[in-house]
This record gives sequence, structure tokens and C-alpha cells, in this order.
Amino acid sequence: MTASDTTVNQPVTTVPMLSVRGLQKIYKVPGGDVEAVRDLTFDLAEGELVCLVGPSGSGKTTLLKCISGLMEQTSGTVELAGSTVTGPPKSMAVVFQEYGRSLFPWMTVRANVELPLKNQKVPKAERAALVDAALKSVGLDHVPKSYPWQLSGGMQQRVAIARAVAYRPQVLLMDEPFAAVDAQTRADLEDLIRTIWKQLGVTILFVTHDIDESVYLGERVIVLSSSPTVVQEDLTIDLPAERDQLNTRALPRFMELRSHVYAEIQRAKAGPVTEQITAQRKPH
Amino acid sequence: MSPLKRVAYFFGLPILLIALWWALSFGSTNFFVPKPVELAQTLWTTWIGPRFFDDVLPSLGRLAVGLIFAIGLGIILGLLIGSTRWLRNLLEPLLEFFRAIPPPVLVPLLMLLIGVNDGMKVAVIVSGAIWPVLLNTVEGVRAVDSVLNDSCRSYGIRGFARIRYFVLPAVTPQIMAGVRQSLSIGLILMVISEMFASSSGLGFTIVQFQRNFAIPEMWSGIVVLGLIGLGLALIFQFVERRVLHWYHGLKEITHDS
Amino acid sequence: MRKQRNAAAGPQAKALGLGISGIVLFFLIWEATPRLGLVSDRYLPPASEVLVRLGQYLTEAAFWRDVADTMTSWALGLLIATVAAIVVGLIIGSSRFLRRATHTTIEFLRPIPSVALIPLAVLIFGTSIESTLLLVVYASFWQVLLQLLYGIADVDAVANDTAKSYGLGRLARVRYVIWPTALPYLMTGLRLAAAVALILAITAELIIGTPGLGKQIALTQSGGAISSMYALVLATGMIGVLINLAARIVEKRVLSWHPSVRGEVVL
Repeated sequence: MTASDTTVNQPVTTVPMLSVRGLQKIYKVPGGDVEAVRDLTFDLAEGELVCLVGPSGSGKTTLLKCISGLMEQTSGTVELAGSTVTGPPKSMAVVFQEYGRSLFPWMTVRANVELPLKNQKVPKAERAALVDAALKSVGLDHVPKSYPWQLSGGMQQRVAIARAVAYRPQVLLMDEPFAAVDAQTRADLEDLIRTIWKQLGVTILFVTHDIDESVYLGERVIVLSSSPTVVQEDLTIDLPAERDQLNTRALPRFMELRSHVYAEIQRAKAGPVTEQITAQRKPH
Repeated sequence: MSPLKRVAYFFGLPILLIALWWALSFGSTNFFVPKPVELAQTLWTTWIGPRFFDDVLPSLGRLAVGLIFAIGLGIILGLLIGSTRWLRNLLEPLLEFFRAIPPPVLVPLLMLLIGVNDGMKVAVIVSGAIWPVLLNTVEGVRAVDSVLNDSCRSYGIRGFARIRYFVLPAVTPQIMAGVRQSLSIGLILMVISEMFASSSGLGFTIVQFQRNFAIPEMWSGIVVLGLIGLGLALIFQFVERRVLHWYHGLKEITHDS
Repeated sequence: MRKQRNAAAGPQAKALGLGISGIVLFFLIWEATPRLGLVSDRYLPPASEVLVRLGQYLTEAAFWRDVADTMTSWALGLLIATVAAIVVGLIIGSSRFLRRATHTTIEFLRPIPSVALIPLAVLIFGTSIESTLLLVVYASFWQVLLQLLYGIADVDAVANDTAKSYGLGRLARVRYVIWPTALPYLMTGLRLAAAVALILAITAELIIGTPGLGKQIALTQSGGAISSMYALVLATGMIGVLINLAARIVEKRVLSWHPSVRGEVVL
């Protein structure tokens, strides 16, 4: 999975778990159309952890909404394990940035985690086992009867993650999940994600604006240009598979990769950049 | 605050006022103002007995039925209208007009359409009490959290499950606020419909007392109405506290931070 | 910014169009129902008949006299209630002791329905305007007072303490700290009271028989002038709508400078 040099896109021999081809989103607004996303093409192989970074206004949220089926794209396709995504697909789960608003305040932690399974008519015993395991894996097995708003921000996000874990999706989308959380909690949650990822073998697409986080977490980092968005670079992270906050971040290779991504982002901020873009500028 | 202080605050002013009333009315022969002791006695003799079953209970029964219909219909219609954008746009100005009609004017109107019977009285209550619940529910459905909505969609929580686990609980704070207003409007309309067009019931009885210059009895009727109003308010508080315990907890936390 | 406003223009116009067609649809259904015999036209005259009668009313002096009677008791009652509520509210609100002491009394008195006072009003004042005023003032007073008390309770304790520490007396604190905080709540209370005042004014006229639109409605109903009755019902509805609109406009104006226009505290 890790290559010794930075290359773009591994050769795909099996059907990728998540396949995005030519994704385009144009917002119709009186006074002109706004092309938020122009052309996004990338794949995620099964079990990969890929991070998506980009400058603000690079349509990260738009992209995530289209991939997760919450919003319809203007053109292009999204495929999950070979089948086209037309609405929110069954084997995909999303963890949002606003954890406070993504959990049901009238339900306990346990009820929150259980709900998607209950909705799918999973039998009670199996449900209970899954929920227990999920809560344990995020370290929240001591607060099942609490309400989300009684917990700290980091813990609330853990509940949201537990909910996604219990659901056993094939693909997990995370939309800047740690942006609204303090730095220390963020570090813990980053490690939590890597642990869960290794335990479950789930495919993760992790959107973030934090460059260090993207390099620390990802096996690959996809850098987005600014709007109208295209893939600016698809970078393989050849850091060791075993990572920790202290040592990995001190590695010289980490620094190199990080600077590289930083430079790419700066380039992205300067304007639309790949060869396929015409010189025509859109008003912002 | 010590328990003694709490009791003092709770009963202090009311006791003071009653004592004042008793003192001022002690030697008076004022026709209009009853004495406290006299009023208490009249309260007992007038309302405990056949009149309770003939007038009070039926009135309360009609009130209960009217409120149940008003709240039930209000919630169901509110959910429906709130969730369907075109329906909401279609009906909104119309609903704003209907809610602005002072409910009492519907009494003669409904009397005309339905006749003078229990059905009319219940209809009057419903026609006035439905609006706060209906309009609040519509507003609440409109304002459900978009992130929570996306979460539901993402996990495939649709249709009836979505209403049961997401929309209904989310709208409950607004519904309760509407219900509170509905309770007072319902009570007012119950009394009005009986004062205007009836030969029995609480409102009718009180008006009869007034017409026959049975002053202490009239006052006792007013007190009974007050007690009913108070009773409704207490029941509401009890129910609201239980149903919305999560909401109060949430507000406490967000208010502090 | 402009882009966003333009974006709203389309759907907004659409919503308005739908709303208007809703009203039109309602009147069409109203017109059709008695004509098709679904309801006897003795009890429900067709919309056209009612609207014509309403148009006639608008030219009759007697109608406007009734409107004036209703609006006079409405305005007067509202004014008295507001002044009383502001005075009482500020006195109670400015002292923690008073707030605590009066709490149970207020909570006990407030659910008493204003219509309970009808027999009393008739007894004391008969069918003169004071009867109406008694009901209107009583009901409106509570609306304004309660909202005002909520507003005063919302006063930032830190700001109040700071004012105290700078030696501001009670009157000065009321003026500079309490009043600005409570103002939005007061506006909400006024808006609610305005609607309630109309309801009570009409109720008094309907039941007691004091002059006004309510009394006319009762008369037309008992006299069998059904189209007239419906026309008057429509008229009172429109007055209600106008009052709501006026209240919202006043609220916006008064609070336009206010940094945080608070939402309604639902009771």
C-alpha cells in the first residue's frame, strides 16, 4: 500500500470501493451560474484511508454532499462498489462537523447509536452487541444513558463516530469532523480514527482543511484546487503504517510531505491550475 | 434558600391579600363584594352537589374533547402542511387570516351551521384552540435542523420512522408552546359558548347567577373558573416538564455556555 | 450579497403567487358549496353575496360607527393595560424581593380566564364601555406584564451589578440597564396584547351587548341577516390581520436599532 516514491493513482485491478468520475456541480443562481466543482475524478480502493484537503471555498462540502447522495450533482458519476449513487446509499455513513446538531438531543447516547440499526430492523440481540462494541471502541461504554448535550464536544463526536461504526458501512465519509474541537481532543480523535479503521477495515474518505491532520491520517492525500474545483494532486503518503502523534509528526518525511501539501494549497489558492482548465475566469 | 423562606415567599402575599380583604370587608354591607368566609361557604354549597354533575362536569367534558381534537388535528395538519412546501405557501395567507378572526365571533356562526348542541360547543372550542398548535407546528417543522435532517437521510431514516424519531420530537417544544395557548383559548371559548348560547353548563350557570343577582354565588363561579384555569396550567406544567425534559436540559447547558 | 437577494426573488414570487391562489381557491370553494347545495344557502350564503354585503357595509356610516366603538375600547383598554403593566412590571422587576414575593400570586391570577369577569362587568357597569374596558384591560395587562417580567429576568446580572457598583440608583438602573434589555420583550407583549385586546373587545360586545362590531354580529345572527353576519365576521378578521401587521411593523421599527432582536418567549 505504501510506495517508496510519490506517484499519482495506483493501477486499479479490482473494482474500487468508491469511484468518482468527472463530478461537476453547478449552482443555478439568478445573475449567473456558479460552478462550484468542475471535474473531480479519483478512486478509493477497498480499505483505504484517503484525506481530502483544499483551500476554503474549494467546494469540499459540496463534493461530500454529492458523494454521499445528499445532493445531486450536475454531471459525472459516483459509484459505490460498482453501483451508481443516486441517493444516500445504504452502505455509506457520514460523520458531520457539527456534532451537536447531528445527534438527536431527545435520545440517550445508546439510543442515538442504535437508531440506524433499529431502522434497518436488525434483531434486538444483534443490535445490542453491535452498539456495545461500537461504544467500547470509541471509549464511551460508561455513558450510555447520558444525553449528548451532557457530554463534551469531543465525546459527542465520539458518539457520532460510534453510530457510524455500529452501522458497519463499507464507506465512511467524514466532513471536517474535528474542526470544531480543541487541539488536544483532536489529536485523540485522530488516533481513534486510525484505530477504528485498522480494526474494521472500512474505507474512509476524510475531508479536512488541516494539512497536518491530512498527512498524519491518510494513506493518500488528495489536494483540491479552489473553486471551480478539480483534483490538483493525488499524493501517496509513504509514512509507516504505525503512527503516533509524537513520533510520526517529528519524522523528516512528515515535514517534507507536509510542506509539499502546504505548497500545493498555496498554489491552489492562487487560482485554477491544471492543464485542462481553460484560461476563462469565473467571477466569484 | 431555606425551606421556611421558600414557604414564606410562596404563601406570603396571597395570605396578606386575603387578610386585607377580610379586614376591609369585615363590617361592610357592600352588595357587590362578598366576605371571604361567606365566599368560601358559598363555594362549597353551590358547587358541591348536583350542580357539579349537571353543569361542571359536562362543561369540562366538552372542553376536554374540544382540546383533544384541536391539539390532535393541529399537530397532524401542522406536520402535513409544514412538510410540504407548496402546500404551506398555498395555505399560509389563508391560515393567517383565519387565525386573526377573533374566535368568539365564530360562536354565532357555528350556532347557525350546527345548531345549539354539544357538537357546536366543541366545534367552537376547536375552531379557536387549533390555531396556536397548528401554526406553531408548521413553524417548527419548517425549522428542523438541517444537519440532523442530513443525518437521517444519510442513514436511510425515512417516512414514518423519520416522523417518529426526528420530526415529531424536534417540533415538540413548539407544539407545547402552542398547546399552552390553546388551553387558555379553549377555556375562554368554552365559557363564551355557554354564556352566549346554552341552557346548561358552567358559563350559563354563572350568567344566571348574575342575572338573578345571586352575588356570592356569582363570585363563587368566578373562583371556580379561576381554579379550572389554574388546574389546567398545573397539568400542563407537569406534562411539559416530563415531555420536554431533554429540551430544558439542553437549554440549560447552552444558556450557560 | 446581491446575488443572494436575487436568488430569493424567484422562489419568493412563487410563494406569493401560491398564497394568493390559495385565497382565491378558498373563495371559489365557498362560492360553490352553497350553490351546489352541499350546505343550505340559508346557513352559508355564497361568497359573492357576502362580499357584496361587505362592500355595502363599507359605505354605511353605522358600520363605521361600530368599528369606531370597537377600536376605541380596544385602543383605550390596550393603553391603560400597557401603562399599568409597565409600571407594575418595572416596580416588581427592579427588586429581587418583590419578584419572589409576587411570583405565586401572579402564577395564580394569570390563568384566570378574563371571561370570568363578564358577570362582574355586567353587574357593575351594565352595557357601557367600562364593561368592555374591564375585560380588555384585564386580559391585556397580563400579556404585557408577563413578557416584561421575562425581559427583566433576562437582564444581564453582571451589567446590573456593575451599574450598582458605580452608584446608579434604582431609577437610573431601570433606565440604562433594565429598560433596553426588556424592550424587545415588551414589544412582543404588546403584539400579543393587541390581538388579545381585540378578542376581548369583541367578546364583551357579543355577550354583554356593549356597542360595537360584536354586538352587530349577535344582532345579525338573531335577526336572520345571515349574509350580513358573515360579512361582519370577515370584517373583524380583516381588522385582526391589520392589527397583527401594524404590531409587527411597530415592533420592527422600535427595535430596528436594537442589536439583538429577540425571538418570542413562548409562554
